[in-house]
Amino acid sequence: MSAIFVLIIISLIVAGGFLALFLWAVRNGQYEDNYTPAVRMLWDDDGSPSGKRQTTGKPDEH
Amino acid sequence: MVYEVLQSHEMCTYYDLEANPGIQLKSPKPDQAFSFLDQPEIVDRLLAYRDEKNARVTFFLPQMHCASCIWLLENLYRLKPGIRRSRVEFLKKEIDLTFAPQEVSLREVVQLLASIGYEPDLHLDALRQKPARHNSTAFYFRLGVAGFCFGNIMLMSFPEYLGLDPESEPEFRRFFGYLNLLLALPVFFYSASGFFQSAWTGLKRRYLNIDVPIALGILALFGRSAYEILTDTGAGYMDSLAALIFFLLSGRWFQNRTYDSLNFDRDYTAYFPISATRMHEGQEESVTITQLHPGDTILVRNQELIPADAVLLSGSAQVDYSFVTGEAELVSRRKGDLLYAGGRLAGSAVEMTLVKAVSQSYLTQLWNHDSFQQAPDRGIAAFTDRLGRRFTIAVMSIALLAAGYWLWADSAATAVHVFTSVLIVACPCALALNAPITLGNALRILGRSQFYLKNTQVVERLAEITRIVFDKTGTITHKRGREAVQVEGQLSAEERGLLSLLVRQSGHPVSRTLAAWAGPAAEQMPEGYREIPGQGISARIGGHAVALGNAAFAAGQGCQVADVQGSTYLLIDGQCRAAFRMDAQYRPGLQELLQRLRQRYRLSLISGDHDRERGTLAGWFPEGADLHFEQSPHDKLAYVEALQRNGEVVLMAGDGLNDAGALQMSDAGIAVTEDADAFSPACDGILHGSRLSQLDRLLQFSRDSMRMVRMGLLISLGYNVVGLTIAVQAQLSPVVAAILMPLSSVSVVGFGLLTTWVLGRKMEAAQSAAPSATYK
Repeated sequence: MSAIFVLIIISLIVAGGFLALFLWAVRNGQYEDNYTPAVRMLWDDDGSPSGKRQTTGKPDEH
Repeated sequence: MVYEVLQSHEMCTYYDLEANPGIQLKSPKPDQAFSFLDQPEIVDRLLAYRDEKNARVTFFLPQMHCASCIWLLENLYRLKPGIRRSRVEFLKKEIDLTFAPQEVSLREVVQLLASIGYEPDLHLDALRQKPARHNSTAFYFRLGVAGFCFGNIMLMSFPEYLGLDPESEPEFRRFFGYLNLLLALPVFFYSASGFFQSAWTGLKRRYLNIDVPIALGILALFGRSAYEILTDTGAGYMDSLAALIFFLLSGRWFQNRTYDSLNFDRDYTAYFPISATRMHEGQEESVTITQLHPGDTILVRNQELIPADAVLLSGSAQVDYSFVTGEAELVSRRKGDLLYAGGRLAGSAVEMTLVKAVSQSYLTQLWNHDSFQQAPDRGIAAFTDRLGRRFTIAVMSIALLAAGYWLWADSAATAVHVFTSVLIVACPCALALNAPITLGNALRILGRSQFYLKNTQVVERLAEITRIVFDKTGTITHKRGREAVQVEGQLSAEERGLLSLLVRQSGHPVSRTLAAWAGPAAEQMPEGYREIPGQGISARIGGHAVALGNAAFAAGQGCQVADVQGSTYLLIDGQCRAAFRMDAQYRPGLQELLQRLRQRYRLSLISGDHDRERGTLAGWFPEGADLHFEQSPHDKLAYVEALQRNGEVVLMAGDGLNDAGALQMSDAGIAVTEDADAFSPACDGILHGSRLSQLDRLLQFSRDSMRMVRMGLLISLGYNVVGLTIAVQAQLSPVVAAILMPLSSVSVVGFGLLTTWVLGRKMEAAQSAAPSATYK
């Protein structure tokens, strides 16, 4: 039965790790703006909006 | 123009992102409009941070509206070398810019933003030291810690719930007990600290708010549990403690989520510009308007705001006071006349000498009134806090009585046990959650109807309203430029074409309204166009002498007409052909709204405008209703104050700076606006103009929500009675406490959310079922 003592302490440490991750995410500002990053991740790495890749020259009339 | 800028930097992909990324370009400002941004002290105030290499600044960009905007704004560094980084916070419509001050100046950054259609919102209030941004980090920390400990304490309490025999495995019980105590420490000392602070502040002010019984309950829970665990006499109630604090914090989180991008606290500084052009020894210089003193001479250009009361030096000027007085017509002033602050100049630039400081001017003095100095939470205390007093007294007397009885009937130990049990079980968790959650949900449902309230207390106050005061122009009528044109006389198609061509030459509001009314213009060139400010316009078109103006102007053209106030006359070849009157156009559904409102509320109208419309309005308002015209901003404030002295609870609906005092004074000040991001004076709520006709339904919903709060209160009190019955009999076990507390909270919260949701659906159905309102 004494295994339970060890297991519970290990599980608490794991859970504490997740708590630390949550606190880190809060401090990092991840809960402050929950709209813009969802849009931002859709852009390609070169900074242009994804999907239609731009060829040279003018786009259609707009 | 935007396209050219973007194309030259190979950023045409912007136009691929959405089929129609269009931003409406307002007339771009001339470059010198931003020259005040070269002044070091203004730059210092605006910048959030600055060192040798980098400067950071945050701007509010009200034009931001789509995903393309984010992309464009975050790629600003490609448009202008020197801009290092830009991050957008879309919901707040803010951009955070980092740039190199040696390579690019703040003025150039602002000019760049303006040139692509995102002119930053730069007004006088931007110079104020910004209060540290509402810091939610600490709150999330508390919530996270409480949640973590709550879950784990529940797990550690399982043996107790399952009724494991404490005698057979005493070391288990001790182990779990100490772990629970350990986990409860951060909850008690960190997460719950806000409740202790609030209770203490209340006590110091000799006021029993709802946090007092909560703090007592927390103290009793923690003290009793710690005692039981340390003396090995019981399992303690740490699970209830953690659950209580976690639920309460969640409730607070729910209550505090309001509208990020809306601003309910704006005063005139959010409307007044940062800078003015001062004439100094014949030279123009750009200064902040806080540096202006009486006696200074300033230059005001077309569409610029008059920053302080001043005497006109130039020949004549036309001033648009529509936002200040509600009066839709331009006001003409001659040399030597006094110009009040807040008006917008229409026409060529003029010089004026200031006679008052900015904060002491006629309009801005409004903000020196007492009602602006009081704490924002004046008047009726929050519903829950009002209960706190009686609740605390009741609970304390029950606890003392029960303890006294057990002291007499049994032992001191049982008495202490009963005393703490009562405090624990009576801890008003459900009660404290009831109003914030129910009203918080009501707030969001009202938001779906484009009625945005500042906080949940406004819902409470809306439920108590006895009197509704309306402003006229811009509130119950459409904004200027959408007036209905009343015509006397018949015009042929050709004459209409001539009129249309003539009015298109002028920027006067009457001309613009008539241009929209008259339709297509004649395809000719006007010759010899003349505009006499404050009187009229004339030109020769295709051999006809066409003139448009007021009665005096018509007389000057050799045509006598009856001088009806506010009429405009069209003359063709010296003959009066038609008379026009601009009638304010009332919002659709207004008449029906007033019909419905008069059954429950007393109604008043208070307008800065002249009383030409009195006849129409008197028919719509109930008999004997107060209809006041030509009221100054101070009159409006005084009127609301007088009503309140008679014991009325006043809702003020207004839109302009002239209503600012009345909005602040009233119990619920509602700003009516077409665009929630545009300037609206300080208020308790912002209502979209198109929803004004639904005002009665919105108020009805607020009242229904408050009824649900009262029913939720009854439910939570019912749980308390059950819990107290058990507690005074000294029968309270940790399992009962651990079940009763969450059960009561969840059922009360569920009840509040469900009923407001159903009521909200009902209200929205009623709104869409309303007969589609027709224009007058």
